[in-house]
Amino acid sequence: MTVLMKGRDFAMTRRVYMDNAATTYTSPRVLEEMLPYFTESFGNPSSIYSFSETNRKAIRKAREQVARAINADPDEIFFTSGGSESDNWALKGTAFANKGKGDHIITTRIEHHAILHSAEFLEKNGFRVTWLDVDEQGRIQIEDLKKAISDKTVLVSVMFANNEVGTIQPVEEIGAICREKGVIFHTDAVQALGHVSIDVKTMNIDLLSLSAHKFHGPKGVGALYIRKGVRIENLIHGGGQEKGRRASTENVPGIVGLGKAIEIAMDALPREYRRLSSMRDRLIEGITGSVPHVKLNGARGDQRLPNNVNLSFIGVEGETLLYDLDDEGISASTGSACSSGSLDPSHVLMSLGLDHAMAHGSLRLSLGESTSEEDINHVLEVIPRVVERRRNMSPLWEDYLKMKEEVK
Amino acid sequence: MYSEKVMDHFRNPRNVGEIENADGIGEVGNPKCGDIMKVYIKVEDDVITDIRFKTFGCASAIASSSMATEMVKGKNLREAWELTNRAVAEALDGLPPVKMHCSLLAEGAIHSAINDYRSRNGFEPWEEDKVHKAVVEEHAH
Repeated sequence: MTVLMKGRDFAMTRRVYMDNAATTYTSPRVLEEMLPYFTESFGNPSSIYSFSETNRKAIRKAREQVARAINADPDEIFFTSGGSESDNWALKGTAFANKGKGDHIITTRIEHHAILHSAEFLEKNGFRVTWLDVDEQGRIQIEDLKKAISDKTVLVSVMFANNEVGTIQPVEEIGAICREKGVIFHTDAVQALGHVSIDVKTMNIDLLSLSAHKFHGPKGVGALYIRKGVRIENLIHGGGQEKGRRASTENVPGIVGLGKAIEIAMDALPREYRRLSSMRDRLIEGITGSVPHVKLNGARGDQRLPNNVNLSFIGVEGETLLYDLDDEGISASTGSACSSGSLDPSHVLMSLGLDHAMAHGSLRLSLGESTSEEDINHVLEVIPRVVERRRNMSPLWEDYLKMKEEVK
Repeated sequence: MYSEKVMDHFRNPRNVGEIENADGIGEVGNPKCGDIMKVYIKVEDDVITDIRFKTFGCASAIASSSMATEMVKGKNLREAWELTNRAVAEALDGLPPVKMHCSLLAEGAIHSAINDYRSRNGFEPWEEDKVHKAVVEEHAH
């Protein structure tokens, strides 16, 4: 048997970036918009001189751009350093500001770690947390939410769409219930923004987190939408920036970049939604059609983010898949423990009911602006090959096949 | 994250496969940890004349399995038994600290295969060095 020696050969390898859910490149148009604010118009927006007026105007414009994207008022938009800060602020700020009303917070088991760890922190500091379970597709059950709300509940935080499996939550229903019960509703929309329509008014959303680097803006900047009237303490105390709600000299280039990126994303949304979901479905059908014993994780169709594919390949481990794909120029991610530094596989996949082997064998491909049909073709050619090769050296796969034979 | 040696053994693992009518078979690990290794050995005059493996696991697990089988091929059982996970990691030019437990798998599987051979042939299985065993149990679940 001849053994083909594999290695890196960048000249020959086509680069296919399929990890847009992790981060995206800053769009050249966005970068162009940002550049003058580093070296030319660098004034501190809080300084009274006219030199800073350009920057004050630029921040105002960005605020309007973000507000338009989610149907909020510009006065309800506050700039942060990104999704993690927005999430921390939403949870801790709301909990501490509403202690008089109650001590109970409701969230889900599949949130991003910024929410999970913030909620755990609150648990250690006098608050009670209800962790809603999700079904096999990753959706919360509305009945569970209704039952969990009490007169001590001060906040419900449910992510708009999940970063690992792409499942979109019934946000409008959640918002309606929270509005009816007088409970603040926060949603981490970091993955959803730019991919699906968001209207904080019709959806009864009180707080919303977003992050620029997920939609071709720069890293290090995001926003928290706070509906007028919602009581929330500062996370960051200091100078009077952001109407005294979030201190720190404004990251003007970042804020300008965020505004431009969100405007571009909103413009492109209807078109990109169609283009990406069609490629997503072609990937899902193509892989499940050519590779035996594959499972799609998360919801389907319009209940799923248009750019998200998450599959489990029984018998193969995720980190191994990633390195093999990397050798073929494909960048992706996994819910396997081995790649996370801890020994536990993805909490999201476990909450969906996957067993350990399936969670370890998971692969996430997230498409984006730069993804082409040729990229999809390349992935469809590589994955079956790579999976078959590693399955042939896997005792787990061998046992799995034997078990299937016995069952027949 | 990984050395060139690790990547080489990961991309081109040596001794992959099965042995029909093997003289000893060992399997360790479980899907919970995300690591399983199965080893087959052929023994003649107390020497491991052939060895094959299959591994479900990350790059470290596959690379460690490959390197370990290379290191014990052609050795007598006693020598092969003495192989430690640290020696495997060193031969690979080191593994990240968080990945060291993957190399324990290879050591465990080879021990298991050797003891399988010994029991099949009426010998007492060899005992793991007690201190070492505690370390293995702690890391390899």
